[in-house]
Amino acid sequence: MLIAITFYLMAFTAVAAAFMVVASRNPVHSVMYLILTFFSAAGLFILMGAEFIALLLVMVYVGAVAVLFLFVVMMLDVDFVELKQGFLQYIGIGATVALILLAEMIMVGAVYFTGESKTVVPTDPNTTNLEAFGQVLYTDYAGAFEAAGLILLVALIGAVVLTLRERKGVRTQNAAKQMSRTREDGVELIDIEPGQGLG
Amino acid sequence: MLIGLHHYLIVAAILFTIGVFGIFVNRKNVIIILMCVELILLAVNINFVAFSTHMAPAAGADPIAGQIFALFILTVAAAEAAVGLAILVVYFRNRGNIAVENIDLMKG
Repeated sequence: MLIAITFYLMAFTAVAAAFMVVASRNPVHSVMYLILTFFSAAGLFILMGAEFIALLLVMVYVGAVAVLFLFVVMMLDVDFVELKQGFLQYIGIGATVALILLAEMIMVGAVYFTGESKTVVPTDPNTTNLEAFGQVLYTDYAGAFEAAGLILLVALIGAVVLTLRERKGVRTQNAAKQMSRTREDGVELIDIEPGQGLG
Repeated sequence: MLIGLHHYLIVAAILFTIGVFGIFVNRKNVIIILMCVELILLAVNINFVAFSTHMAPAAGADPIAGQIFALFILTVAAAEAAVGLAILVVYFRNRGNIAVENIDLMKG
């Protein structure tokens, strides 16, 4: 019973917040609702017994991705009132497609699950979720794990390359030139006769 | 009242639908569209984890595989958000706005 109440609370919060992500006028509010959605989804994951993914979701999304979104939303000086115009113009086609999609998915599920009551089967009561992850992540899925790291590297370099720009007329330090200077090309000793001056 | 697999699948279906709906409705703001893509990926993740945790161990495959896949989806989603927002920043720097309707230079 408690699990059911928690489930419905989390599920309702997730769905309502997801709707507010779309419907909110202010993009900063949208990001906040996105955080709420992911937090509720993390709660659902914990209910399912996948604690590691739940904590990862909170760390990666609330800690990194949502902050990145906030950063960009606040950095871009956009006229947000203008941005929301046209919402009603497209709501008809959007709602139609969305309702058809939802009806299809629920119908497929209803056909598949009619009459059967599935219960939760714990993956293995003797090991924790994290332990089960560790058993396979670095052995069976080592190649995929390396590929994921490569994807992150490409994204990191790609983001830097995209946003880096060289500004003209800005004096910057050239470390290589600075370090390669020698005494010979940096200092000149001139013997000046008294009374004649330099020249 | 037992919470079964189909409960989680319906939540994921609704989240997916809201994501698709958001992409259709928002014609002006690319940031919201990126957030909707994140919502869709979250729905996919909920499906993966739900199937993973409700799968009987005797089915032959490793039940944890679904959660491993969710982990990789999370990785790709984070990379996608980073690159997408970087493209958005460059676009805003060049054009001065981020309206989706104006991104039709190639007339595709």
